Amino acid sequence: MDSLENNDGGTLVPPLQDGSPLLEMRAVTKRFGGIAALNSVDFSILEGEIHGLVGENGAGKSTMMKIIAGVHADFEGEMFVAGQPAQFHSARDALKAGIGMVHQELSIVPDLSVAENVFLGHQPVRAGGIIDWGYMNRTAREQIASLGLEIDPTKRMGSLPVGLQQLVELSRVLFSGARIIILDEPTSALSPPEVARLFDALRQLRAQGRSIIFISHFLDDVLEISDRVTVFRNGHKVATTPAAELTKDEVIAQMIGRGSAEMTMGEETELCGDDSHPVVVEVRGIGDGMALKDVSLSLRRGEITGVYGFMGCGQIELSRALFGKGNLRSGQVFLEGSPVRFRTTATARRAGIAYVPENRRMMLFRTEPVFKNVSIAILDRIARLVLRPKEEQRITGNHIEDLQIRPPRTDIALGNLSGGNQQKVALAKWLTHLPKALILVEPTRGMDVGAKEDVIRIVKSLRDKGVAILVLSTEPETILTLADRVTVMKKGLVAREFTTGHLEKADLLAAA
Amino acid sequence: MADTVDIKSTRSVKRFLAEQMRNIAPVFTLIVLILFFSLQSPVFFTLDNALNILANSSITGIIAVGLTFVILTAEIDLSVAAIANAIGITVAFFTMQPEYVNINTWPMYGGLAIILTLLAAFGLGSVTAFGVTVIGIPSFIMTLAMMQIADGLSAVLVRGQIAYNFPDFIVMLGSGKVFGLRWSIIVCLIFLLVAHLVLKYTRFGRYVYMVGGNREAAEYSGVNVKLIIASVMIISAMCSGIAGMIGVAYFGSAQQNGFNDFLLTAIAAVVLGGTSLFGGRGGIGNTIVGLLVLGVLNNGLDLIQIDSFLKILIRGLILLAALVINVYAQKLKESSG
Ligand SMILES: Nc1ncnc2c1ncn2[C@@H]1O[C@H](COP(=O)(O)OP(=O)(O)O)[C@@H](O)[C@H]1O
Ligand SMILES: [Mg+2]
Repeated sequence: MDSLENNDGGTLVPPLQDGSPLLEMRAVTKRFGGIAALNSVDFSILEGEIHGLVGENGAGKSTMMKIIAGVHADFEGEMFVAGQPAQFHSARDALKAGIGMVHQELSIVPDLSVAENVFLGHQPVRAGGIIDWGYMNRTAREQIASLGLEIDPTKRMGSLPVGLQQLVELSRVLFSGARIIILDEPTSALSPPEVARLFDALRQLRAQGRSIIFISHFLDDVLEISDRVTVFRNGHKVATTPAAELTKDEVIAQMIGRGSAEMTMGEETELCGDDSHPVVVEVRGIGDGMALKDVSLSLRRGEITGVYGFMGCGQIELSRALFGKGNLRSGQVFLEGSPVRFRTTATARRAGIAYVPENRRMMLFRTEPVFKNVSIAILDRIARLVLRPKEEQRITGNHIEDLQIRPPRTDIALGNLSGGNQQKVALAKWLTHLPKALILVEPTRGMDVGAKEDVIRIVKSLRDKGVAILVLSTEPETILTLADRVTVMKKGLVAREFTTGHLEKADLLAAA
Repeated sequence: MADTVDIKSTRSVKRFLAEQMRNIAPVFTLIVLILFFSLQSPVFFTLDNALNILANSSITGIIAVGLTFVILTAEIDLSVAAIANAIGITVAFFTMQPEYVNINTWPMYGGLAIILTLLAAFGLGSVTAFGVTVIGIPSFIMTLAMMQIADGLSAVLVRGQIAYNFPDFIVMLGSGKVFGLRWSIIVCLIFLLVAHLVLKYTRFGRYVYMVGGNREAAEYSGVNVKLIIASVMIISAMCSGIAGMIGVAYFGSAQQNGFNDFLLTAIAAVVLGGTSLFGGRGGIGNTIVGLLVLGVLNNGLDLIQIDSFLKILIRGLILLAALVINVYAQKLKESSG
């Protein structure tokens, strides 16, 4: 296929004669502020192979890739490209040596056209410094077409759905002529047909002798496309194995280190979902036409329902939809049996839904005193017209005592509190009048152990008081510590439901 | 332990300064200006002149009250002067004009004229509110459009003519006095007082500050952010409209471009006073100081017979200085948490 040819010159690495690795990393250690994200890791890539790389969140995959791509120039260990020692000081250096990377975080410019995004940083210029728009649009169209897509290259990038944006960004690196192409979780927002097209393109690149490193949480995908699979765990390499010799369960076992280590908190749980509990919120087939496709689930009184899924599986959108944010295109939500449609967060709150988003900044006022942060959600209950700050302070004082918020003061600016205490304040604002349903997104992410345990205790006591709780997380530990029943989401759909019985991390990873 | 306390206390000193800079700098400016002009001109520091300054600030003051609400929510309203003018003209349109004024009017009973005019102001504010909250047009652009619309209404209603007659009640508020004090000053003071009470002591006022402080957080706390934004846009239009009615009576005439200076002056008053352009900080107290700084400056520059071209430049430079302090105070605040 012609369109898979380089568009800016040949590669700079001499071809390899024997079967020695094209890229070899030896004993790589990388520390962030004293903490090792990678610990003496060896890693190598052959010419013309697709190399799958998997591991749990935080295992060090992205860190290793950023070292290879020249983003982290400062690390311990050695690097060889085609047998020659290599040292990159920047991503530009790596690109010159034929290494291109698509980062986990999209790096597109929404206000530029699709073609401009494809050629970002190296626009074709004609004599006199004029940008060659004709060439640019034509080539961009061809490249995108080779991924099986019909996209007008003059369209604004931001107007495309996220999946297509991701493919356009991919095409930028796929066609850059790079000899080693790194794809860090490229498929999280892609639909199955889009994934199939991407895989076709990857196979063609492999046939041309390019090497591809493919990182993904979707283990079936990884096993399907890869020649070899490397598993990272906790900053170490567990193994590199030919994909043909691996099963999904073996990969999962390698990822979570079954057998050797003892089970710790959050590794497994006994579910106790009870269908005799009355349904508080019922979600029937809702979708937003984008990330959220078709999800049904029930929140029951006195139960914590966990929703697990990878980043981009639609759980954020699901949670927003239940709190009156985001546009529902299909489906229905019932609150205590009657259909509801929340157009604003204010109506959702008044109906008895409480919400704590994934990021504390999104619901706290850092420069305002603690009591105003707590009272904001109940102001209409305390005061119809004229504020009663004394009452606000009294209520806040009670919560501070109950939740052991430190320092125990109602009038200092919230920004002075530690992250864990801020999270407690975020919870406290919903506790004065118990909500019917409480929705928590990533309730313990990034918290220290003590604060985490406090939050878990608070959430469980709310459940015991009869609140229907929905916990959404991308961390299996969070789900396994909190949930009484679990729904696993995958690409906007419900992949599996677990109601009772033994559940462990491997089950969640296998289902997602 | 001692370390963390130290860090905390230096941080809070920094924060205290950041917070106070916003409030102290304008007051300091005001005092310096008053001292300067008192030394330069014998008539500056007299009761008569003080009342003069207040009278000249009163129309701006009423507009600035509405604008304070808008800026506190981190929005902006560029249509205030145009709405003031259009509404001033509207009230004239509902009043019998002298025969030599060649305007098609709909004369009616004064009270009714005032009510209809207030409704017109409400209508214009509602259009802005709709555009900003329901359609989602940034307030900067929406109010720019509203500025054109209001100017257009003014043009259509007066057609290049000048109207001189207004309802009696309006004339009294605009040019009448009680106990030697102009009604316009009293009206302005009432607006300032009520707005202050609303902002500091009512639930609505709290929402205004919280929406300005962190709009996303307000929304995730179940505050109807759009309703708050819509309300402040309407409040701003109403304040502008009332300022316009009293203003035309204060000037004695209503005509196209009658309020041209007032957009800049009203925004300057709010910002000079120290209300944050990023929302959530400041208030009516700040706006009062800002109004006084501008009033004293304009009045004083007239008294010391300065080159009138230089006067414009000086006003511009002082506004720039205020903006620098405003943005700097915000940065300081954010970095100190
Ligand atoms: N820029 C950074 N600063 C500090 N810590 C980092 C940085 N990047 C990654 N880390 C830490 O290094 C570890 C590995 O992260 P990462 O390589 O992103 O994992 P993965 O991609 O496998 O999910 C994590 O604990 C993460 O918090
Ligand atoms: Mg990663």
